[in-house]
Amino acid sequence: MRLGIDIGSTTIKCALFDDNEKLIYNSYQRHSSQIKERLSELLNIIHTEYKVNETYLAISGSAGMGTSERLGIEFIQEVYATRHAANHFLDKPDCIIELGGEDAKILFLSNGLEVRMNGTCAGGTGAFIDQMAQLLNMDVEAMNEAAKNYQKLYNIASRCGVFAKSDIQPLINQGALKEDLAASIYYSVVNQTVGGLAQGRKIDGRVVYLGGPLTFNSELRKAFDNTLKLEGICPENSLYYVAMGTALLANEKVALKDLLDKLDHLKAFKNYYSLKPLFNNEAEYEEFKKRHAENAVKIHDSQNIKGDVYLGVDAGSTTLKLVIINKDKEILYSSYRSNKGNTLDLVKNELISLYQNNPKMHIVSSCVTGYGEELIKNAMGLDYGLVETQAHLKAALKFMPNVDFIIDIGGQDIKCFKIKNGNLDNLFLNEACSSGCGSFLQTFATALGYDIDSFAKLGLFAKNPVDLGSRCTVFMNSSVKQAQKDGATIEDISAGLSISVIKNALYKVIRTTNLEELGTHIITQGGTFLNDAVLRAFEIELGIDVTRPNISGLMGAYGSALYALDNVPSATKIVSLKDLLEFKNTTKQVNCGLCNNHCQLTINDFGGGKRYISGNRCDRPIFKRSDHKVLNIYDYKRSLLESYKPKDSKRNITIGLPMALNMYELLPFWYTFFSELGFKVVNSGRSSLDKYHHSQNSIPSDTVCFPAKLTHAHIDTLIDEKIPYIFYPCLTYNVKEKDTDNSYNCPVVAYYPEVIEANLKRLKEEKITFIYDHFSLANPKTLGPKLYECLKRYFADLTLKEVKEAVKKAFIEYYAYLKKIEDYGQKIIKEANEHNAEIIVLCGRPYHIDPIINHGIDRLIAGFGIYVISEDALHTDYDHSKLEVLNQWTYHSRLYSAAHYIKDKKNMDLVQLVSFGCGVDAITTDEIRAILEGHDKIYTQLKIDEITNLGAVKIRLRSLLAALGKEKDHE
Amino acid sequence: MSNKVIFDKEMAKEYTILIPMMCPIHFTLLKNVLINSKYRVELLENTGHSVVEEGLKYVHNDTCYPALLVIGQMIDALKSGKYDVHKTALIITQTGGGCRASNYIYLLRKALKKADLDFVPVISLNFSGLDSQPGFKITLNMLRKMLAALLYGDLLMDLSNQTKAYEVNDGEAMRLVDEWISKLSSLFKENKGYKAKDLEKYMVMITKDFAKIKLKRIPKVKVGIVGEIYIKYSSLGNNNLEDFLKSQDAEVRVPGIMGFILYSIYNTIEDEKLYGIKGLKTKLFKIAYRYMLNKEKMMNRIIKENSDFMVSEGFEALIEKAEKVIGLGTKMGEGWLLTGEIMELVDSGFKNVICTQPFGCLPNHIVGKGMVRKIKEYENDANIVAIDYDPSATSVNQENRIKLMLAIGKENLEKKD
Repeated sequence: MRLGIDIGSTTIKCALFDDNEKLIYNSYQRHSSQIKERLSELLNIIHTEYKVNETYLAISGSAGMGTSERLGIEFIQEVYATRHAANHFLDKPDCIIELGGEDAKILFLSNGLEVRMNGTCAGGTGAFIDQMAQLLNMDVEAMNEAAKNYQKLYNIASRCGVFAKSDIQPLINQGALKEDLAASIYYSVVNQTVGGLAQGRKIDGRVVYLGGPLTFNSELRKAFDNTLKLEGICPENSLYYVAMGTALLANEKVALKDLLDKLDHLKAFKNYYSLKPLFNNEAEYEEFKKRHAENAVKIHDSQNIKGDVYLGVDAGSTTLKLVIINKDKEILYSSYRSNKGNTLDLVKNELISLYQNNPKMHIVSSCVTGYGEELIKNAMGLDYGLVETQAHLKAALKFMPNVDFIIDIGGQDIKCFKIKNGNLDNLFLNEACSSGCGSFLQTFATALGYDIDSFAKLGLFAKNPVDLGSRCTVFMNSSVKQAQKDGATIEDISAGLSISVIKNALYKVIRTTNLEELGTHIITQGGTFLNDAVLRAFEIELGIDVTRPNISGLMGAYGSALYALDNVPSATKIVSLKDLLEFKNTTKQVNCGLCNNHCQLTINDFGGGKRYISGNRCDRPIFKRSDHKVLNIYDYKRSLLESYKPKDSKRNITIGLPMALNMYELLPFWYTFFSELGFKVVNSGRSSLDKYHHSQNSIPSDTVCFPAKLTHAHIDTLIDEKIPYIFYPCLTYNVKEKDTDNSYNCPVVAYYPEVIEANLKRLKEEKITFIYDHFSLANPKTLGPKLYECLKRYFADLTLKEVKEAVKKAFIEYYAYLKKIEDYGQKIIKEANEHNAEIIVLCGRPYHIDPIINHGIDRLIAGFGIYVISEDALHTDYDHSKLEVLNQWTYHSRLYSAAHYIKDKKNMDLVQLVSFGCGVDAITTDEIRAILEGHDKIYTQLKIDEITNLGAVKIRLRSLLAALGKEKDHE
Repeated sequence: MSNKVIFDKEMAKEYTILIPMMCPIHFTLLKNVLINSKYRVELLENTGHSVVEEGLKYVHNDTCYPALLVIGQMIDALKSGKYDVHKTALIITQTGGGCRASNYIYLLRKALKKADLDFVPVISLNFSGLDSQPGFKITLNMLRKMLAALLYGDLLMDLSNQTKAYEVNDGEAMRLVDEWISKLSSLFKENKGYKAKDLEKYMVMITKDFAKIKLKRIPKVKVGIVGEIYIKYSSLGNNNLEDFLKSQDAEVRVPGIMGFILYSIYNTIEDEKLYGIKGLKTKLFKIAYRYMLNKEKMMNRIIKENSDFMVSEGFEALIEKAEKVIGLGTKMGEGWLLTGEIMELVDSGFKNVICTQPFGCLPNHIVGKGMVRKIKEYENDANIVAIDYDPSATSVNQENRIKLMLAIGKENLEKKD
């Protein structure tokens, strides 16, 4: 007998062979983290029903490692087991794609064995599909069914689950079709697997699909087939390959009776760092509950609402909150429910039942806030839309006029506000990457087989809460796995997760090191704080008592209602019951063609000519106009770069420059240099996501920044155009800025050409001459001779003199280009000052002008009527010795300079674009924040990646504007 | 820099200087060199949860893991109550290259400020004259001793690694290491042990001592470790990687620190070649380079003459290997050295290589993960796995990936038999 047991992150599988290698028993079930119990049941079945006393036995799987150690059973690595089973049972497989609960693997079997496993960052796959199905309010089978009828695909971030989630949520809120989303989710899994794991190696031949997700989801297999342009097979027992391989590889015989005894006697053990319990006893908990019951706004249990009332709606990312108040600010009606991916219908039904149950009720004013603000406002004719931060502030002030700090943890986002004199003083929002929010707890509760309420309650009296750190969900999955391995109970994990939510907010989002600076009057709100364990964890971490209003989950809606009460219009525009009953909404997806962003627009048609368009970055698709009234230096820079067009020249040789990374600043230099030498200079033009997806399989590091990844597509473009020479030099040293310590490029910008050469096999296959030598722009004198040395290898007729001359011209053109930018900056400042308008310094790197990289944020800001300027247009002298960093990177030094430039300018504020994964910005962001806050300026950071979730960006910008606007009112 | 606290000559007499731990053998020897030069020094051995916690608290969480650990370890020590914080200074290395590591000292000062410890002076340990402190001077004598310490460290680390996995009497190799650390430290105290003649003499003795260890030569999976310098050497950083590999019955090889020093010096010489920057600095670096190179050669010759141990091909061969794959201008972080070390390990029979790096390490996108495909063009049978380390990466995930590498390594080993 041979028995293999595969304990994955979510399931336990087994395969039992008899001595003739005939599979006589197999099973597959979710273990809900009760590994010991499930394993015991399994072994009992095999022992009693199959009468197995002694068998070869080994354990495999990511969650099996700890179990195998504790039981002293042989462990077989799961990928290794899969390979063994595949070679054993299948006819010459070439490649295996195996997706599990949280792992993704590709095994190349023929022509040189290679095994790829997702790294720590790439998110889960099976768990990811489960999460996405939940988000769509479907079960996994229904999602598979839905995907069969898709019409179009959306681009969904393929890097990790958390990103994908933030792509999908706004699409749901905008009313995109579930069929399309379901299929798009499968394709994103395909992109992630192929892009992240193939790393340049082509998947072809006989491809085999294994593991749960690929076994259960026919449409996922189809998505793989379509992408890979082949027909893969999903063999019999595709769920059991790890278990089967493990069984076959097992080396040691085990007596099952002994093993069962051992399992029974396996004591609870603890091998992890634990934290203080949340509550030591019931009495403490009772006292806590009593204290928090005191913070209450009056809630009437009205059966029949009469007279003038005010409506507040909070259309959040995962929940819908609705409140009706009277003129005394008392709540007459409230509701809090999951939006099930269809906010609009929910609001409609709520309103209908409100109207029908309360015929004598008159809504005289109404206001909506949250992600769905614009959609609901337009569809339901609400009177006001309020940015979330302002809604929450309004509600908080009602409870505590001297509030210092508000922390709101909702389903998808964390919002923290510092309040000074009743005004918003500073704002912290979570980045797309750290998702320690409500839906995060929900996800874990579901994965472990609980509903959220009972799961959180488990943690209240946990003796040894696990310290799980404070990272994004993906990391948390493996932390939980580790904790299970180390013997943590479900109670300890529950408490640990609640604590990690708090730590995430405090140390990742607010980045506080001194808890006292938050103040002593603190209000907690958002649905997540309704959870006593989370609230308690917060109080313990802070060491003070905080206030949780009785309507903690409704504060956004309540604040909106208060706003409606304060701003009653002469006649409300809210839809009537009659209109509601006839209300219909159809949605349509189109691509906007008004500019190169090609925004994917969702058009909601409410009938009667009423429409609402979303997904747009600017106003053009709505008003069909293209004139921006305010100046935007990003537009200007793009048009400047576009003016370097290829022109015929004396040599009949074309040289190609990839428009990636530093080429966004150096194009004028290299264009001039090569044009002067008589080459025809072409560049790879605008980035496109399509091209990027085609090229992403040659990216060796899935955690490098998105701008670097795009380089692969730009090189591919030049190869596609059959450009014989591509010039993309390595540049350790950039031009030197004034008073800086050095003039480095960041390592990625400096050396990405090396990565291209090492990983783009096409360069050699298509016999392209790729010139990527190392040069230094900081040494103009030697640059000429060194370039000559390099280029004469390819172009023997070049002379040193003409190369030196070309370098000179190139520098002249380069500095002229920089000067133009600076002049335009001054023009913007002058014009903005004349119009008394606000200017945002949208700063980053030269390549952040690429619309694919910045997602059109520059135009979004311009759409608010704000002038947009970039860091390279602002130079100022300041005391460099005051910097608390080593000022050694050229591009980054401009950020410090820009921050100093605006510190005393009333109408100028700074927003920093940070590409996800930029290590250097970990240093610059803190420094810029310090410079700005030292001068009472608000620092705003926008983290960007492949994701296109502009919803969060909009909220952040609007909150910044609201904060600025308020400040001006009080001047 | 505005918030720099001066470490003056008076302080040097009564302050205790804390050194963060990286590789225990080398750093213990270095510590003793400093003690013998009349500084009061202590090597930090605090590890565990609170180190990471303090790091997370006081360092930007997107900063690389080594900075977080080094700074966390120092603040944790300062807060431990073990030291009079008003009589304590910190020392940190500063490389001055284009990667984030050159900013560690600034990050440390920022962290101290946040922790209300901004009165604690910080000393930069570097050899390019950055950020000097009047109370801390490296004399030529110290420098020679430090260099000797690193050479001895490399030798002890190398020979103990070559014997540890095969020793008949468990623990013998490490006992020998400890013995020699204390012997060498007392020699330094007597102002001996570091001059060329002594170096030769004691290196021969060390080699012979290790050669005496009784070994049982059974074939084992051979694993090389390369990576970002701190994570590569520090067990705090790499979750006790070497111990884990030993528990999995593998022989481990970790390239020495001399390689990194030679690389750092060589880069200035390469700058002249690539960019035509000439100057006195380059001349001095060339002298230093030749000097160091001779020391390395001496060490390798001694091992060859006095034992059957494996000897590295030396730094010049490493340059040639690296150059096949990557431009020598790639000099931020571990740069081309890392690529070269993988090539050398694979060439010398260590086909299984773990490339360790902090999560999101910028140079490693290029020189580590970025070069794997090309390395395999030359070394078809290389079995390379890149492992990321950061505060939230769990050892269960890391070990699972390493186990996969080991399983394939083991299979290849059996194929050969």
